[in-house]
Amino acid sequence: MKKLRLFLPFIVFAVLAAFLLRGLYLDPREMPSALLDRPFPAFKLPALEDGERQITEEALQGRVTLVNVWGTWCPPCREEHPYLVELAEEKGVRILGMNYKDDPEDARQWLRELGDPYVDTFMDRDGRFGIDLGVFGAPETYLVDAEGVIRYKHVGVVNDQVWDEMGTIYRKLRQQADRQ
Amino acid sequence: MNRGRVVNGLRSAAVAGIRCWLLVLLAAATPAAASAIDVEPLSTEEKEMRYRVLIAELRCPKCQNENLAESNAPIAQDLRGQVRRLLEEGKSNDQVVAFLVERYGDYIRYRPPVQKNTLVLWFLPALLLVVALVTLALVVHRRRRPAVNQPMTGEDRERLRQLLADDGDDEERP
Repeated sequence: MKKLRLFLPFIVFAVLAAFLLRGLYLDPREMPSALLDRPFPAFKLPALEDGERQITEEALQGRVTLVNVWGTWCPPCREEHPYLVELAEEKGVRILGMNYKDDPEDARQWLRELGDPYVDTFMDRDGRFGIDLGVFGAPETYLVDAEGVIRYKHVGVVNDQVWDEMGTIYRKLRQQADRQ
Repeated sequence: MNRGRVVNGLRSAAVAGIRCWLLVLLAAATPAAASAIDVEPLSTEEKEMRYRVLIAELRCPKCQNENLAESNAPIAQDLRGQVRRLLEEGKSNDQVVAFLVERYGDYIRYRPPVQKNTLVLWFLPALLLVVALVTLALVVHRRRRPAVNQPMTGEDRERLRQLLADDGDDEERP
């Protein structure tokens, strides 16, 4: 028993060290999406193309889709854009664009200049739908399965490194969808 | 020039300087107050009060060490507007918080809820403090008690004799 008491301060230290070490590896900015494994929220918002045609969550049914939140005001979005074009054109990834708190004409011009990786784009002009999605900045990308359920979310630029993990889940979901 | 006049001049310059700084500080402080008043007040005084309290207890999801009241981030502005809309619709405080937690997760509450997964967060510091105090008490208590003088046991006596004998041997070596 005496020996145990001798080691007690060390044990306390070890426990604390374990917690702190774990804490070192946790990113305080990482907020896991509260919407994981829940259906993509319902919406009815105008298409960027003409500002009239309405797009709804139906656009996500039947195919595995990425929903990419972007804006012309967002420098990282510009950085990410070529990679999205590559995903769409070379890897055949289906991407739905959500133009977030942006000017429609600026956005259309942007896509004309930089290329359009989106099968379609809808506009969330005042950001209210973004709140339903738990968006807090751009770019953010959701991976939605063929039933319209959110399976993965990435906050920040999508690049090779990110696609390492996201792409694996994407391919798994595609396999599941193709089997049905 | 009269030295007194120089000193007086310097003193008034210093006072003027300090007054300038105070003005600057005051001006810098007003935006924080202003952001709470830059929109139309809610329809009732009660809602307005609840709004002030709620935005102080909700975290800005982008500037995460600030609450919704302090943050200038666009998302904070949007969420403040959302809270106002919900309150105006007649939602209770709990409903407003639930609305945001449903979309942004528990993390949006500045004060973490007392749940199973946050019990350690809440109680570990207090627990550690109690352990530390108890340990301290025990140590102090033990030190206070004088060491009891017990006669040596036969075993200990024999060991002492041997140790002393060995020591003697060492000293005789060149």
